[in-house]
Amino acid sequence: MIAIINYGVGNIKAFANIYKNFDIPYTIAEKAEDLNGATKIILPGVGSFDHAMLSLHRSGMREKLDELVLEKKLPTIGICVGMQMLAKKSDEGIEAGLGWVEGVVKKFDQTKITYGPLPHMGWNNLNIKKTHKILDNLENDPKFYFLHSYYFACENQHDILATATYGEEFACVVNHENIYGIQCHPEKSHHNGMKLLKNFGEL
Amino acid sequence: MLYPRIIPCLLVHHKGLVKTINFKDSKYVGDPINAVKIFNEKEADELMVLDIDATIERREPDYKMIENLAAECRMPLCYGGGIKTVEQARKIFNLGVEKIALSSAAVQNPQLVAEIAKEVGNQSVVVVLDVKKKMFGGYDIYTENGKQKSKATLENLIITLQQLGVGEIVLNSIDHDGKMEGYDLALVDKVKPLIHVPLTILGGAGSIEDIGSLIHRYGIIGVAAGSLFVFKGKYRAVLINYPNNDEKYTLMQKNHAKK
Repeated sequence: MIAIINYGVGNIKAFANIYKNFDIPYTIAEKAEDLNGATKIILPGVGSFDHAMLSLHRSGMREKLDELVLEKKLPTIGICVGMQMLAKKSDEGIEAGLGWVEGVVKKFDQTKITYGPLPHMGWNNLNIKKTHKILDNLENDPKFYFLHSYYFACENQHDILATATYGEEFACVVNHENIYGIQCHPEKSHHNGMKLLKNFGEL
Repeated sequence: MLYPRIIPCLLVHHKGLVKTINFKDSKYVGDPINAVKIFNEKEADELMVLDIDATIERREPDYKMIENLAAECRMPLCYGGGIKTVEQARKIFNLGVEKIALSSAAVQNPQLVAEIAKEVGNQSVVVVLDVKKKMFGGYDIYTENGKQKSKATLENLIITLQQLGVGEIVLNSIDHDGKMEGYDLALVDKVKPLIHVPLTILGGAGSIEDIGSLIHRYGIIGVAAGSLFVFKGKYRAVLINYPNNDEKYTLMQKNHAKK
C-alpha cells in the first residue's frame, strides 16, 4: 500500500488517479494513524519550503514518517518541494529540512542562465547517470516537466541517479538507500512520468 | 535543454468551452473534460483554463469543475478566473492545480501577487494581462474580460508584478484574439526586455508557423493559442488538435530554439 502524504501541500489527487489507473493500491494519509499498513511513501510538495515544512509538522505525521523511513526503511520518494524537504535546509527559508538525504537546497544562479528566465519552467531532458529500476524503460533523454527556482544540491555524487541542466547541471533524481527524490513533476510528465511512478510502485 | 512551451488555452463560459473573437462572439466548442482528455492523448506541454464568467458574475471560482479538470489532467494545469483572495488560491491549489492565473484582481491590487506567492510559492503565480492597442501607440490593460479599461500602464505594472514575485506573465492581445492572423509581435518586442520571468504570449495564432515565428524570435517562451487548437480550416469547424512530437521537434529545429 503506497501512502500518499497529504499535509495540505501538493497535488495529491494527481498521484491517486495515476495509481488508481495502474491498479496499484494506495491510500491518502492525513494523520499518523493513516500510515499504519503503508509499505511505500510518496511525499509530494509544491509552494515554498517553509510553508511545506511547517504544514508537515502541523499534520502530526513527522515522527511516524521518521520511524517508517529511517528505521523501517520503507521505499519513499519526495517529489518537487517534497524532494527539497529531504535536505538539511534550504536557501528559500529558515525552517530545518527532514535531513534524510545529504544535501542542501540552493537557488539557481540567474547569471549562469543566459538563455532563459527563473523559475525554471517547462519541459527539459533528464540525463541519466546511473541505471536503476526506478528509471527503467524511460526513453533516451526523457522529457519531464519542471517548475522551480531552487534545486537539491546533493552532497554525495553517488546518490545522484539523474541530472538536468538549466544554466548549471543539477541533481534531478537522487537515491540514498530506501529514499528517493525527484525535482520535476512525474505526475504531470505524460508517458515518461507515468512510467517512473509505476516503477516506484513496483520497487 | 529547456524547450519552449506550446500551450492550449481553453475558455469556460456557462460550463462549456467557447472560443471568442476580440473577446466577443463566443462560439461553443465542446465539453471541458472531454477536451482535457484529448490534450492528454496528444501530450500537450501544459494547459491553461480560464473561466471568463467568474469575475464578471462576481462569484467564486467553480471548485467542482476545477477539481474535475485537475483530476483528469495529465499535464500541468493553470487555472484562472475569479480568484481574488489568498484563501481561494490555496483552495484551488489543494484541488491539484499547478499554477493559478490572476488577472483583474492583480491589475487592481498587485500586492495580491505577493500575498499568494508567499503561501504557494512564486513559481505558481501567473498574471494574465489582457491588452489592447491605444489609438495613438502604446497599449491599455483591460480587466473584467475586456470590459474595463485600467488606469495602470503596461510597462509599470509589468515591473511592479515582478518586484512582487510573479512567477509568469501571460500577455493576451484583445485585438488579435480569435483572428488567427498571427501574434502581435510589436507588443512582445515592446515588453520582452522588461521581463525576467517566464513569458507566455496569447492571441492571434492561426498556424503552427505563427508559433514557430515566436520561438524563432524569442527562444525560450511560452506560446499559447486558443482557436488554433480547437478549430480546423477556414470555416472554423471544431476539431481539437495539437502538434505531435515529430511536428514539435521539426518546429524547434527549424526555428533553432535556443538552449
